[in-house]
Amino acid sequence: MIESNRGVAMKRIVILGAGTAGTMMLNKLRKALDPKEWKLTIVDKEEDHYYQPGFLFIPFGIYDREDVIKPKNKFFPKGTEVIYSPIDRIDADQNIVYLQSEQTLNYDYLIIATGTEICPDEIEGMKDKLWHKSIFDFYTVEGAVALAEFLKDWEGGKMVLNIAEMPIKCPVAPLEFVFLADDYFKKKGIRDKVDITMVTPLDAAFTKPVAAKSLGGFLDEKGINLVTEFNIGRVDNEQKKIVSWDEREVDFDLLVAIPTNMGSKAIERSGLGDELNFIPTDKHTLQSEAHENIFVIGDATNLPSSKAGSVAHFESDILFENLMSAINGNPLEASFDGHANCFIESGGGKGLLIDFNYEVEPLPGKFPIPGIGPFSLLKETRMNHLGKVGFKWLYWNALIKGRELPLESKMSMTGKEIPEVKEQETKTLHLNHH
Amino acid sequence: MTTEAKNDKTVVLDQDGHLANREDWNEELAQELAYHENIGELTDRHWEVINYIRDEFDKKGDAPSIRKLTKESGVSTKELYKLFPKGPAKKAAKVAGLPKPKGCI
Repeated sequence: MIESNRGVAMKRIVILGAGTAGTMMLNKLRKALDPKEWKLTIVDKEEDHYYQPGFLFIPFGIYDREDVIKPKNKFFPKGTEVIYSPIDRIDADQNIVYLQSEQTLNYDYLIIATGTEICPDEIEGMKDKLWHKSIFDFYTVEGAVALAEFLKDWEGGKMVLNIAEMPIKCPVAPLEFVFLADDYFKKKGIRDKVDITMVTPLDAAFTKPVAAKSLGGFLDEKGINLVTEFNIGRVDNEQKKIVSWDEREVDFDLLVAIPTNMGSKAIERSGLGDELNFIPTDKHTLQSEAHENIFVIGDATNLPSSKAGSVAHFESDILFENLMSAINGNPLEASFDGHANCFIESGGGKGLLIDFNYEVEPLPGKFPIPGIGPFSLLKETRMNHLGKVGFKWLYWNALIKGRELPLESKMSMTGKEIPEVKEQETKTLHLNHH
Repeated sequence: MTTEAKNDKTVVLDQDGHLANREDWNEELAQELAYHENIGELTDRHWEVINYIRDEFDKKGDAPSIRKLTKESGVSTKELYKLFPKGPAKKAAKVAGLPKPKGCI
């Protein structure tokens, strides 16, 4: 506890990470908590806020760096303490955060929103001599900008998009990338010179069966090849190919890599993470499984939900309610349902929309938004593209400032078409036949 | 569901080709399933993996990812692919009598 200047014991909430999730939480909490009682501190290593959904558009020259970066301090409310420093580690038993700036922060409650990052070093040969020469990521601004430079002058060849392993941030982004690439090369008049292949460890184009089927159909229509169940073992820089653990090979001239996604190294140093440095978190209350006064939000969690901004947004309502309950000594009654809502760019100025949660996979139908109108689910429309584009404004001007949006945190079945539930088919295996 | 020959041992599989009823599983059946998957004779190393993922399933309700497997079972990715060729996470789950791993979204 910290002594305020009036001698009243002040309490403190520390938020680690000022990305989408952390910034939203700070804004919500500052509005709700008395500044005389509660000190709010937010920590981040960077002073820039990135609009990450925009990274996808940079390689194709649709957005540039300026479209996706604004100073973080524009989005922090008054009366909060902001510290720019990398985190060294969290001592969760002592309720202390150690920063690399040598500062130490005591807390009553901790919100961890440290996100996820790409780790190309996890794959043998990926960050070797071809990195950012013929191998690019688009999950960092640097990668996306370097790829844009490369594509400007590229005359064609084999473009391979590889997902190293799941989970990844925004699981629809790889599909959007190949759809937009198809469109981009068509407009450049070199589509016939480019061979596009998507290589995934999954057994289909997407994780969920109904959506995988319709998204896989789009790949076919656009002449994009799909290689499934490919677990990358290494990159051969000499022969320009990726090799799976079971020795399958795919040649590339241009490799668009989505390397292993992992949580922050600070989480690893703190001993709070799983094998990918994601924090074991109660999937409904968003409380850390190990510590009652720690809550986790966004990509930093190990939840079986998508790692996406919309998920962080829906979680923020639940986390806010539960943290307030914890502060007031009440049971944590708000329950997160795994709700995700994602626009998918499909190229040619069109897009799709999917809406789902832990229990319900993305289904076709309509998605009503009060005051704006219904969007079509799992169907390619102009309106969905406009929704995606319009979202950037909404993000900067309302979402991260913690303002109310006309979107419910709980998923609704309204408008969704429920497919016939097929009975599980079983088969009988006869043994003794070897 | 049909059971043909009387003296022929049969077992029910789910739509993914994994054991439909976990109660049917025993070590003998694991070996039978391994033959069916062209894995051959199960060695001690196979059993280390099988026992580990059965434990994990009991604790977590899902079979572990390859990354978790290699980190915690002491079997390297390379060896894992030798033991259970072509998709060790799925193959090992099959032999261990567990459903197809849910994996991540």
